Amino acid sequence: MNTHYRDAAGPYFGDYGGRWMPESLVAALDEVADTFAKAKADPEFTDEYFRLCREYTGRPSLLTEAKRFASEAGHARIFLKREDLNHTGSHKINNVLGQALIARRLGKTRLIAETGAGQHGVATATAAALFGMDCVVYMGSADTRRQALNVARMQLLGAEVIAVDHGAQTLKDAINEALRDWVASVETTHYVLGTVAGPHPFPEMVRWFHQIIGEEAREQILTQTGRLPDAVAACVGGGSNAIGIFHGFLDDPGVELFGYEAGGDGVETGRHASAITLGRSGVLHGARSYLMQDEDGQTVDSHSISAGLDYPSVGPQHAYLNDQGRVTYQPVTDADCMSAFESLCRTEGIIPAIESAHALAGAARLSAEWGPEGAEKVIIVNLSGRGDKDVATAAEWFDLLPDQESDIETADAAAPEVGVQA
Amino acid sequence: MTAVLQSKSAAAIDAAAAEGRAAFIGYLPAGYPDKETSIQAAIALIENGADILEVGIPYSDPVMDGPVIQQATTEVLARGFRISEVFEIVQAVTEATGAAVLVMTYYNLIDRMGAEEFARRLAAAGGAGAITPDLIPDEAEDWLAATDKYGLDRIFLSAPTSGPERAQMVAEASRGFVYGVSIMGVTGTRDSVSDVAEQVVEASKAAGARRVCVGLGVSARSHVEEIGSYADGVIVGTALVAALRDGGPEAVGELARQLSGKS
Repeated sequence: MNTHYRDAAGPYFGDYGGRWMPESLVAALDEVADTFAKAKADPEFTDEYFRLCREYTGRPSLLTEAKRFASEAGHARIFLKREDLNHTGSHKINNVLGQALIARRLGKTRLIAETGAGQHGVATATAAALFGMDCVVYMGSADTRRQALNVARMQLLGAEVIAVDHGAQTLKDAINEALRDWVASVETTHYVLGTVAGPHPFPEMVRWFHQIIGEEAREQILTQTGRLPDAVAACVGGGSNAIGIFHGFLDDPGVELFGYEAGGDGVETGRHASAITLGRSGVLHGARSYLMQDEDGQTVDSHSISAGLDYPSVGPQHAYLNDQGRVTYQPVTDADCMSAFESLCRTEGIIPAIESAHALAGAARLSAEWGPEGAEKVIIVNLSGRGDKDVATAAEWFDLLPDQESDIETADAAAPEVGVQA
Repeated sequence: MTAVLQSKSAAAIDAAAAEGRAAFIGYLPAGYPDKETSIQAAIALIENGADILEVGIPYSDPVMDGPVIQQATTEVLARGFRISEVFEIVQAVTEATGAAVLVMTYYNLIDRMGAEEFARRLAAAGGAGAITPDLIPDEAEDWLAATDKYGLDRIFLSAPTSGPERAQMVAEASRGFVYGVSIMGVTGTRDSVSDVAEQVVEASKAAGARRVCVGLGVSARSHVEEIGSYADGVIVGTALVAALRDGGPEAVGELARQLSGKS
């Protein structure tokens, strides 16, 4: 059987990946790649990284069996990998601490980042505070409204948040602006890309910092159930939490892997963020991968209730794993996602990030499809983040706010006008 | 490379050199503010001193462009611009002026059409070739083959941060000229041109480039004179786009006269 997926190295994953970048940034990419390659082989670096994971992030994160959620969904046993319990509230901190250490090795004193839901921005602002570095986070202005609380968190941590008004005002536009910053500031600045997309070495490097998720989950499920799972489910925007947990199981052919893309209003409506499901190859932000684009190659705006999955492309290794048939990628609509969100809140007392709720919905669907024959089966869901940041979105979705007008006023008042530079 | 290939942009640069000056290369976005006006503006630019025209193709994610060009191209996209317009503009300007017309395009627009089909249509329209700001020679296999097949120029960028090896790779892959990036940053006007530009030209020539033109941040006649003293061509973009935005094709012609030292 295949045993070669786990440690696939960049720059290319089959036909995908590469460095589709301005020449001005190539020297910096070479420098990052070289520094990362040396660092991961250097015990001084790995000791420091894993120490931070333990003593700062709080790893290992728990593996929690969700019995009541599972019985509502179907018959299979469902376990949650609790990345929501990490410091800062999501898996994003794993990558950011690693890249901050890389930045320090590079002699860089300023971190920049893009953010969608704000989790990666918060994590980057956190690392910058911890390492005593300057930090600027670019965020689409549509997202600064959806995720006002995370904007305030980043500012509290000392970061400057710049709202990006161009284009669709979401994650992709924040990446464009971060790249423009980086081209002009590369001498002092490291760009902490938040997902397994972008030019080499980011897909490989960001995966390496998230591998710990899958490695822990594999060990924990063996301890807790005495066997490997039948399936592993994760949500996929750029795909960092998914590749992190998949990594532990990629070369276990008996473990089915499922990546759930944001289906928005439904793929048939065009209002979604399911790049793999749509299936058009292209180059964006430095990598060849699947890309939501029109007939001319213009990027199509993606749509999702979750800001963190609202990205029109996907990491190149995911594109490759799709083509190889090793991972199955499927869309989950906003409606199905929110139904799973509600279910987890009520059955387990855990409020998940809306991003992670896509994976919960996918796992529930899988369990339902298996039916009673799935009673002995085990699914691990990567609960990539907690849902505190999503309470306003969820309250609106479930119509929990008593008065519609005061609802709108409250949302406006919460928008981060002050301190955000347009 | 076949022996019969003749570079239109190299010929334009050599013609300027024969007059004892650097070539003047002007950038305008395709279809801004509309197709007809963009053609008139391009013709005005060439008639008033530009040796080579660079037609930028509006793109949804222009990571190397500053606010002025972004705003212009976003407007063009918002009115429903299609790629086919570019080939019509290239053809109209080429037929009206005989100048070398390059397109400046982010690579996904070429990739989506297919490198060979894009090159075929550009050549059929009379275009000279393309500048591809987010394509490095390392990823350019398809584009090299397509431009060889249709005899088009392909201009890669050399940056202040490109070491000797990369400068050589860029010089060898390019045909027409090498685009020397004068500053670390995106497009937009600057008050002065850094000394870095001269070093980029020197490094690129040392790496084997025969013609190096310098762009990014060039907006005044004084920049053109300064850069023209060591480079084979000077590329102006944002200042011309702002002129078109504020004063139409006439203002573009006026600025072109100033930049080329004709008024």
